[in-house]
Amino acid sequence: RSDRSAHAAKPTFAMSSDNVSISTDFSPELRVLRDSKEEPQLLPKESVQDMAKDVTYICPYIGALRGTLTVTNYRLFFKCMDREPAFVLDLPLGVVSRVEKIGGASSRGDVSYGLVCKDIRNLRFAHKQMEDSLRKSIFEILMKCAFPVSNGLTIFAFEYGQVYPENGWKVYDAQAEYKRQGLPNESWRITKVNDHYELCDTYPSTLVVPVNIPDEELKRVAAFRAKGRIPVLSWIHPESQATVIRCSQPMVGVNGKRSKDDEKYLQTIMDANAQSHKLFIFDARPSVNAAANKMKGGGYESEDAYQNAELVFLDIHNIHVMRESLRKLKEVVYPNIEESHWFSNLESTHWLEHIKLILAGALRIADKVESGKTSVVVHCSDGWDRTAQLTSLAMVMLDGHYRTIRGFQVLLEKEWLSFGHRFQLRIGHGDKNHTDADRSPVFLQFIDCVWQMTRQFPAAFEFNEYFLITILDHLYSCLFGTFMCNSEQQRVKEELPKKTVSLWAYINSQPEEFTNPLYVNYSNHVLFPVVSMRHLELWVGYYIRWNPRMRPQEPVHQRYKELLAKRAELQKRVEELQREVTNRSASSSSERAGSPTRSITPVQTFV
Amino acid sequence: MIETFGIKLICSKNSCLSPVVCLVVSVSCRLCLVVSCRLCLSPVCLLSSVCLLLSVCLLSSVCLLSSVSVPSTGEVVFCSASTVLKYTQDDLSQRGVFGVLLCTNFRVSFVSDEAPTEEMGQLFKNKLYGENDIPLSCVDNIYGGSEDKRKLITGGLVKNKYPSKMIIHCKDLRVFQFSLSFSKEEDAKKIFQGIVHHCLEPKSLRCLFAFSYCENTSYPEAQRKKQTVMFDSVEDWTQDMKRTKGNCRVVSENSNFELSPKLPQYFIVPKNVSDEDLTKYQGKGLPMWCWSHHSGCALFKTASIPLVQEDNVPQTYMEKMLTAVAHNHLYSVKTEDLSDTLPTVQDILLSYNRFKQFFLIDNTTEFWMSDMKWFSSLDNCGWLDIIRQCLQKAVEVVESLEKENTNVLIMEEGGSDLCCVVSSLVQLMLDPYYRTLLGFQSLVQKEWVAGGHAFLDRSNHLHLKDKVESQSPVFLLFLECVWQLQQQHGPAFQFSETYLTVLSDSIHVPVFTTFLFNNDGHRDSLLRAESPHTQRSPLNCPTVWDWSVQFDCKAQDLFTNPLYTEKPKQDTSVRKSYRPRHLRQLSLPSSAFKTPPKKGFFKDEADNLKKILGVKRLSRWMLSPSSDSPQTSSSVREFYEAWQTKPLDYHGLLLPCLDGPSIRVWMQRYLRWIHDVQILGGGPVAMLSKVSEILGEVQELQRQLDRHGCTLTSNHKGARPRAKTAAAVIAARSSVRLSSSFPFVTSRNWSFKPAIPTSLLQSLMVTGMAGNLADREDDGGPESLV
Repeated sequence: RSDRSAHAAKPTFAMSSDNVSISTDFSPELRVLRDSKEEPQLLPKESVQDMAKDVTYICPYIGALRGTLTVTNYRLFFKCMDREPAFVLDLPLGVVSRVEKIGGASSRGDVSYGLVCKDIRNLRFAHKQMEDSLRKSIFEILMKCAFPVSNGLTIFAFEYGQVYPENGWKVYDAQAEYKRQGLPNESWRITKVNDHYELCDTYPSTLVVPVNIPDEELKRVAAFRAKGRIPVLSWIHPESQATVIRCSQPMVGVNGKRSKDDEKYLQTIMDANAQSHKLFIFDARPSVNAAANKMKGGGYESEDAYQNAELVFLDIHNIHVMRESLRKLKEVVYPNIEESHWFSNLESTHWLEHIKLILAGALRIADKVESGKTSVVVHCSDGWDRTAQLTSLAMVMLDGHYRTIRGFQVLLEKEWLSFGHRFQLRIGHGDKNHTDADRSPVFLQFIDCVWQMTRQFPAAFEFNEYFLITILDHLYSCLFGTFMCNSEQQRVKEELPKKTVSLWAYINSQPEEFTNPLYVNYSNHVLFPVVSMRHLELWVGYYIRWNPRMRPQEPVHQRYKELLAKRAELQKRVEELQREVTNRSASSSSERAGSPTRSITPVQTFV
Repeated sequence: MIETFGIKLICSKNSCLSPVVCLVVSVSCRLCLVVSCRLCLSPVCLLSSVCLLLSVCLLSSVCLLSSVSVPSTGEVVFCSASTVLKYTQDDLSQRGVFGVLLCTNFRVSFVSDEAPTEEMGQLFKNKLYGENDIPLSCVDNIYGGSEDKRKLITGGLVKNKYPSKMIIHCKDLRVFQFSLSFSKEEDAKKIFQGIVHHCLEPKSLRCLFAFSYCENTSYPEAQRKKQTVMFDSVEDWTQDMKRTKGNCRVVSENSNFELSPKLPQYFIVPKNVSDEDLTKYQGKGLPMWCWSHHSGCALFKTASIPLVQEDNVPQTYMEKMLTAVAHNHLYSVKTEDLSDTLPTVQDILLSYNRFKQFFLIDNTTEFWMSDMKWFSSLDNCGWLDIIRQCLQKAVEVVESLEKENTNVLIMEEGGSDLCCVVSSLVQLMLDPYYRTLLGFQSLVQKEWVAGGHAFLDRSNHLHLKDKVESQSPVFLLFLECVWQLQQQHGPAFQFSETYLTVLSDSIHVPVFTTFLFNNDGHRDSLLRAESPHTQRSPLNCPTVWDWSVQFDCKAQDLFTNPLYTEKPKQDTSVRKSYRPRHLRQLSLPSSAFKTPPKKGFFKDEADNLKKILGVKRLSRWMLSPSSDSPQTSSSVREFYEAWQTKPLDYHGLLLPCLDGPSIRVWMQRYLRWIHDVQILGGGPVAMLSKVSEILGEVQELQRQLDRHGCTLTSNHKGARPRAKTAAAVIAARSSVRLSSSFPFVTSRNWSFKPAIPTSLLQSLMVTGMAGNLADREDDGGPESLV
């Protein structure tokens, strides 16, 4: 069983070099050679910053391990040679959220350091106090390298110079995606009004708006919407023409301000869909929070002002509640799970309840569009967190294209990256300020929701669990430029496509790793997940993956892969035989050789 | 001859009624009617049978009755009512279907007035009862409802009042709601009383449908015998012991229950147990062999003797028995009193009763309300924890056998409840033979049926008041544990999840002898007494393993797991014996924790050592019950971890992961009837159908290859047809049309409307600190920076 095929073993080394470097297939000899070394296999432009021997890693599962710690400008690498096979800890510095010295020097002269990580684990190291007090401890180096932004260093993504066969930055082309949806059409046009991000600096340059609304009016609508995030089309139903529209909250304020332009605009959106004389406005927030926003000038659409529109609150909580929920979840799952009250503990984190609310919201949106043939407008406060979760999930439910490997990349590029989900702020790449209130696992929740759907519809997605885990790993790794910055404007300004590599370049260079062997392409099939707690479960493969007890010895998809391989092998044999038969009959040879079928190993793996 | 006798009998007894009955029921039915009248011991029963007979006569539409699918012979309609409304379960609206509600000696049945929709849903049709039929023993609780209130009906004669609404909760977790307010008052009253009477009142075992059924049906016993090992003969036991290379003594002295009717007909004890030991204490304390490990050590179980202080005779006997067990292999024995460490049968019942409530859903609102506290409810009812404890105990025993190579004696009062659970689980984990379909059935025969699990008392089909205490879903608990193992190690099991679900349903179908008796002696005496033929040959009843009684071949295909990894056969000659040999090499991850080699033990030396060390060692084991339980738990942990690091072999030792998230709810069994949680176009069947499709393709390719082989060699006659798989069954239809409740719920209920949860906000009780967070703005402005 090679490392390559067993991906369940991989998360331990989820971001190790052999995942990303192009020469992934080391020959066995090379592997041995590499294993015997104490430093990591370096990526292009990666350089060792410091190395320390006799560092102790206090593993919560195995116990204390003594080995060599290496810090590069990309990763932290610990290797303990005392064990067979050698124990390796290999993580990108990007996942480190904070480094802290625990206690003072003990009597034995040991200093202890704790690393809090963004990927649901904490690491603890101990090493001897430096005798030479002038020399910096490796952990001081670590603190510097782990937070390049705070220390005036460059994020590694800008240095990493790996060349991949495909330019991942070209995966998403807004025009092409809208064309796939059948846009522009008689009701919808593509506008260049935001070409230089003047209308809205957090929106993409390409926007789809109703044909009847000229650019000048768009600007007036922008004045009434928070941060100028006007209602624009995200998705259109190929048959009913019902649309999914996203925006930010209207600036209603305490006095109940109205905007004739905004009202007319939403009316136009409704009119663009001949199937329905109604428009649903989904406000992702709990109604209390939406009302509270009026104090700050925001608010929600009143049904008096917006005729034929029905406002629905989806009760999804804000980023602070979600952050707190994840913190609690981490306490429950890491490092060990308390056996006796597992479910009560899980419930007390509310994590799955939040997941349920988000999925339920997306389900209602998808249901209105699909079953009700009605257009929907989705917003929260700014329309870049909960709104992105809802529209993208609804689109996964409605459109099978987004369930393919490439389609999902397009979906992320479109609904999350181009529409300005503030990745830099929410993740805090390279920033040491770990208490920043802007950090929140909004994107993680979305991926979790997608995972829940893949559990319920195991054959409906082209990608597998490992694909989702890889995306989350590189959300933090800072190896690729994909999740850098807060908006399209910033990415253009920073010239990310020129200076960094896209995650999609890596993923698309080995799609077989990320393919679900059981994928069935149901065309035009809408998925309605069941959003009951009965069917939601904690994503063990992500949140509890560091616990070796929870790791399956053989991932079940391994068997499916074997099955597919068997099929391919048999197909080949049949073809060979057919060729042979034709050859034989052509030469009309009378000699009869022993049947080649004799040598075929029978299919024994199943009944 | 006998049948004519039966007809004469009924004619003479109820001569005035029989002509009317003739219109409705067949000849064979009449025969059974006589039986039921004759055998119902209570006068109430007799009375009601007569009055129900009258109601049969009253039934206006005879032709309608004939449309009732009566698959089973020996069935008699007791009473019926027309224009009964059966509510559709999935919403609060009072919508439903009108039809006739019947109560027979087998089931409560609803026959819709609407023409039956012959859809593809017929695939998994149970031949004995349909989706609107409830076998009488499958009825769990009956509630009477009026307006908003509902009241549990506990039996007894309902006088003049009867509720307008009747809610029936079934043991297979279906929920039926009927409105009686549209029926004729007289009919409604009768059907309500009839159902309550036949479902809830005490009755004699002879009243169970099995007896009328069996007298009218014959089954070729020979065919069944060939498949599942029934453990009803010396040969079966001998062969199983040989298979596992055991070295014990087969006891056949009880073949006519001369030793004790409580002891199994045949059983195996350690070699050193003498003849007089067999009968002491009615078999209590007698170690019964379960299974031998390839190292030579074995698992035994026993009913523990209550130790009385002043009398040390049982103590001496017990020590003698322990010594006998120890003699089996290397003079080692470990005892485990399950009564000390596992929940009692009452605990099991209480926990299950709380657990099942989460799935007996009357309406959608109730469902979504209970959804909020789902996880903590799961914890509070403790059912999953009981499953975990049983699995954990089994792992402990496996560790003793596998790692320490000691003999293990498990005991409990009675010796046939948790002992059965643990011993069967141990064998499933250690012996791949029991993970095949036939192997599993043989295991149930060995440990549960022959092993004397009191199925009748535990299920309390007879509603006897003095047996209420002994009711407990112990066998279901075992199936739950098996399901957990199967979930974690799918490819190791030849049978499917659906198989286990169907088996769990079959417990409540009172047709199979498997689940009707308390032990061998009980079965033997009853079947003999009921035999219509000579005194010698007992009544021939089907066992649950006669699956063709319930399902046709196509449906039975769903019992097998398409991903099962068959043991690669090295030698074709092995195939001759249909029982796979016990494998000496169980692919043990052992090198890491092998006990020191015992080479130095020559026979005499060992014997001497035994004499010296014996008693001490035994008493040490005896005196250390659960005091070291935290220690054992951590040792189990280590044992699991050591096993986990080795490469997985589906034909070797299997251990379950017991950590919180690994023990799950058996979704298929518990959620299949709840409309709102059906994943349309998804669920495991989506995966299954794709796998089946690929399998089908692989088989087709194989056939092509074989065909080519034929044309090339011409002496190779057509390929052996491969065993059918679920492929044929499912692949034909697109899995988009199937739901997670497959194959139990048909796609008739298909709708594109998703289930939108109600009352969402209440679910989120964000309090305290989080409450403050909830009020904050999404953008942590400078003031909110901590």
